[in-house]
Amino acid sequence: MKKPEHILLAKDNEDYALLFRRALQAAQINASLDVVRDGQEAVDYLAGVGPYTDRIQHPFPKLLLLDLKMPRMDGFEVLSAIRQRMGLTQLPVVVLTHSDNPADVKRAYELGATSYFRKPDSLEGLDEMIHVLHAYWLKFNHFPE
Amino acid sequence: MEFFFILCYGILMAAKVVNAVSILVADDDAQDTMLVQMAVERACLNLRLESVKDGEEAINYLMGRERYADRNAHPFPSMMLLDLKMPRVNGFDVLDYVRRQPGLRQLPIVIFSSSDDPKDIRRAYDAGANSYLCKPHSHGDLSALLKALEDYWFKFNHFPPCH
Repeated sequence: MKKPEHILLAKDNEDYALLFRRALQAAQINASLDVVRDGQEAVDYLAGVGPYTDRIQHPFPKLLLLDLKMPRMDGFEVLSAIRQRMGLTQLPVVVLTHSDNPADVKRAYELGATSYFRKPDSLEGLDEMIHVLHAYWLKFNHFPE
Repeated sequence: MEFFFILCYGILMAAKVVNAVSILVADDDAQDTMLVQMAVERACLNLRLESVKDGEEAINYLMGRERYADRNAHPFPSMMLLDLKMPRVNGFDVLDYVRRQPGLRQLPIVIFSSSDDPKDIRRAYDAGANSYLCKPHSHGDLSALLKALEDYWFKFNHFPPCH
């Protein structure tokens, strides 16, 4: 069987992480998931430092799903850290948030977000979003080696 | 009564056309653009396609210059599907240009290329491409790809505020 594609979810709400994991399993998608709880953990994970040095246990993700409102470092700070400071220009970062405030949307794109999703507020919506994310990124999109 | 339904239908259809979001397709291969258009029509996707045939035209379109000055006839697109190998100004140059322009740099750009060369893929992401899709070889695959593109970008994604 093909190695599962790895997804990193940066979200401070544990219940949401649980719902997300359930939706991935329900969709029978061959993807593994790591969840980090704030922006600093997301940056540490991508840099492979602290608890994330073992790349077998914590593989570098194909896709980062990033909330905006998080403790320590918010999503905007994470975006500028990974695009500017760390030079990770190739990692797709999908913002996944409550806010559809145009100023947030604009700022996220300016800082290098690949795309901007509003979090679905039903289980059906979440399931559909997982299918769409999977079809687009893991079936059709080509990633750098 | 019948007239009433026809009227309602007409209004609905007109609203659908007005609401259609537009994609700028930049590709020097007219046949590929026609295939995309045909797949969009067949799948009844609510997308309006605007096409240009090289990188220089793509930049003129985005800047609203020359023949693209009228934004009613040539609306600013929600996103761009960009081929890489084009005459005059190629896709990489378009990416470089757009990402340096303050008013344009948030525009989502999806590469749509027949090349699956890792060097091209890497270079496109480095230059600021949001995503990289390879042109499929069959009509069925093209329809599936465009459906995934519509679902992803137009059902779930929020675009930056329009210009």
